[in-house]
Amino acid sequence: MAARAEVVAFSRAMALLTAVVGSVVGLMFLIRGADPVMNFHGLLFFIAFAAGGYYVFAHPRQAGPQEQSSYMDGPIKAATIAAVFWGVVGFLAGDVIAWQLAFPALNLDLPWTNFGRLRPVHTSAVIFAFGGNVLLATSLYVVQRTSRARVAGYWSPWFVVWGYQLFIVLAASGYVLGVTQGKEYAEPEWYVDLWLTIVWVVYLLVFLGTLWKRKEPHIYVANWFFLAFIVTIAMLHIVNNLAVPVTLLGTKSYSLFAGVQDAMTQWWYGHNAVGFFLTAGFLGIMYYFIPKRVDRPIYSYRLSIVHFWSLIFLYIWAGPHHLHYTALPDWAQTLGMTFSIMLWMPSWGGMINGLMTLSGAWDRLRTDPVVRLLVVSVAFYGMSTFEGPLMSIKSVNSLSHYTDWTIGHVHSGALGWVGMVSFGAIYCLVPWLWKRRGLYSIKLVEWHFWIATLGIVLYVSSMWVSGIMQGLMWRAYDKLGFLKYSFVETVEAMHWPYVIRATGGLMFVVGGLLMAYNVWRTIRGDESVDVAEQPPEAAAPELRPGMAAAPAE
Amino acid sequence: MNHGFFERSSIALLIGILIVVSIGGLIEIAPLFFLKSTIEKVQGMRPYTPLELAGRDIYLREGCYNCHSQMIRSLRDEVERYGHYSLAAESMYDHPFQWGSKRTGPDLARVGGKYSDEWHVEHMRDPRSLVPESIMPGYPFLAERELGYDNIADNMTALQIAGVPYSSEMIEKAKADLLAQINPDSDDVEGLKTRYPKAQVRNFDGNPSEQPTELDALVAYLQVLGTLVDFATFDAAGPNLR
Repeated sequence: MAARAEVVAFSRAMALLTAVVGSVVGLMFLIRGADPVMNFHGLLFFIAFAAGGYYVFAHPRQAGPQEQSSYMDGPIKAATIAAVFWGVVGFLAGDVIAWQLAFPALNLDLPWTNFGRLRPVHTSAVIFAFGGNVLLATSLYVVQRTSRARVAGYWSPWFVVWGYQLFIVLAASGYVLGVTQGKEYAEPEWYVDLWLTIVWVVYLLVFLGTLWKRKEPHIYVANWFFLAFIVTIAMLHIVNNLAVPVTLLGTKSYSLFAGVQDAMTQWWYGHNAVGFFLTAGFLGIMYYFIPKRVDRPIYSYRLSIVHFWSLIFLYIWAGPHHLHYTALPDWAQTLGMTFSIMLWMPSWGGMINGLMTLSGAWDRLRTDPVVRLLVVSVAFYGMSTFEGPLMSIKSVNSLSHYTDWTIGHVHSGALGWVGMVSFGAIYCLVPWLWKRRGLYSIKLVEWHFWIATLGIVLYVSSMWVSGIMQGLMWRAYDKLGFLKYSFVETVEAMHWPYVIRATGGLMFVVGGLLMAYNVWRTIRGDESVDVAEQPPEAAAPELRPGMAAAPAE
Repeated sequence: MNHGFFERSSIALLIGILIVVSIGGLIEIAPLFFLKSTIEKVQGMRPYTPLELAGRDIYLREGCYNCHSQMIRSLRDEVERYGHYSLAAESMYDHPFQWGSKRTGPDLARVGGKYSDEWHVEHMRDPRSLVPESIMPGYPFLAERELGYDNIADNMTALQIAGVPYSSEMIEKAKADLLAQINPDSDDVEGLKTRYPKAQVRNFDGNPSEQPTELDALVAYLQVLGTLVDFATFDAAGPNLR
């Protein structure tokens, strides 16, 4: 079915109008902006929209009968490449600041290179840039295939992907130049937040629009998770970033909430950035890519339903466990702890559902390193969702809070679960999207797996050591009843764990570089060096015998 | 109910998700705005002076919260190390809050008055000259940069909209108050001290210039942290028992 002429004209007009409005807004900030960073961001905004408008103008939509007969993979390819790129950037930024903690001279005593400004660059780059692009790529891929429908919109999916990259560049360049809201994981200032909100709403509409076009009567379980991720992130983002800008032409704003209410809102946001961005979204990946890669159905449909609803209901309560023994009222702390412990159950239910999908295909764990990445990620998911409830217990938290134990916990989830499941998905996606018979080299995947896994082990265990050690030193008393250690003695004791952590991080970076190389060679179309060792599922669906890969018409 | 209902209708699924994910937040966050017991009744809390506010903006800009908490938990060792546990009232004018989540460096909730200005000036320039084992970055550029304070009244107006009780007089006198706080001989000092009780007035960075540096502002902010509430009159039981 071809798109009608008026629809095509309307979509072109809307795309050009968006480009013009965006360019004008950019120019206004460039010329009238109240501070240099606003001028600079206005320039970036203007360039992005002018380039987008030029592209739309120079490439009119053809909209023949062919247009709707295939899946739209262009934006997915762009997001996949962006994910690999930002992944390497984010891991590298993390490792740089890890070395800064071991050797403080690396801060260079400059404003743009100090730990305080670079740490948000790392967290935003890995969570939002790497993780976000993986989610954009996989969600748009999965929703088309499982709905057997081409993605909704023609320019909109491109707007989402490129608009999201613009958000990343605005956010990260702002941090380095000292523009921040000062709220963890929500550092971008008000105008960058507004821009992300626009992009996100379009993303939601594109996703929902694709579901509306679906040829399958049922919405597949992976899409439940993707939808919950998109909707809930919108809610969290908007509420937590409510702020009063000082002027509409300047970068500075002040958070609308203060003190205890702001703290509660922030950790409701912060913990559910974990729960919905880094968990629900990536569970969507698990529910599609594991069954596809091992060619087995999901272990239990019923468990999927219980997993989904209980996970999203319970997660949202867990925020106060970041605020134990603080000035947050006790009733809220107790609620947060209780729900965090209950959260263990759906988390492990989901883990079991993912792992047991391998029933009858466990040998694939030995023969296919991509399966191993996917399965080990689920194992890490199980481990960190056990550790999390443990650390949310007030008496445990009194030791672990404010220490590196938290950092280790986050990274066993982030590197082990989010990182590995993303690598697995990327290694699946690249040959599928670029229509190759397999990856350039499955051996390199093997290397990536082992280097990254060893890196994670070094990272997490050194953080257990430094975190628990520091927590115990803070509360140690001598026999006369005085505090035994000064603060700086506990800092000194952490030097070697910091060196080991940074080494583990470096291994993770090296793994990321191997992936980038492998992906680049695969995309370039170089002959695979070991295609015979790759399973049939490594090839693009079109290249497998007896498979169709087009939307039903 | 058959789950197929949600699987066949994206709108039903969407609404279902929205309801399920809203409950927790509504129950945990909304009451904090209404329950009077959430923020204790204390004597002494006031909004930041213009100079302290400018210092706080620098504290945010440099990302100090990434390594320093401002929240002393009600645990024996913390109270002995840092002082009285933090009250909700002490951050009620903090937009955003700066409680932090990690102590790579020590808690700063009560750092005010613990060290001399000279100590802070030297420590910001080169932390390891005073604490050899420290891993804090150096901030030598703060002493060299003049403080930009053209927006200070606008900043205070934005905070006023967000609920900080800045009076129109405070906003009108913002620049004069900011300059007076580093110049004890200024005629405006008396007004500053009336508007902001317990304001500390002195040349914080040791630099004789009458124009404040970024370091003046940051040290003024650090020196006020935790010094405002009068704990002699604070009653932890009674109406403040939570």
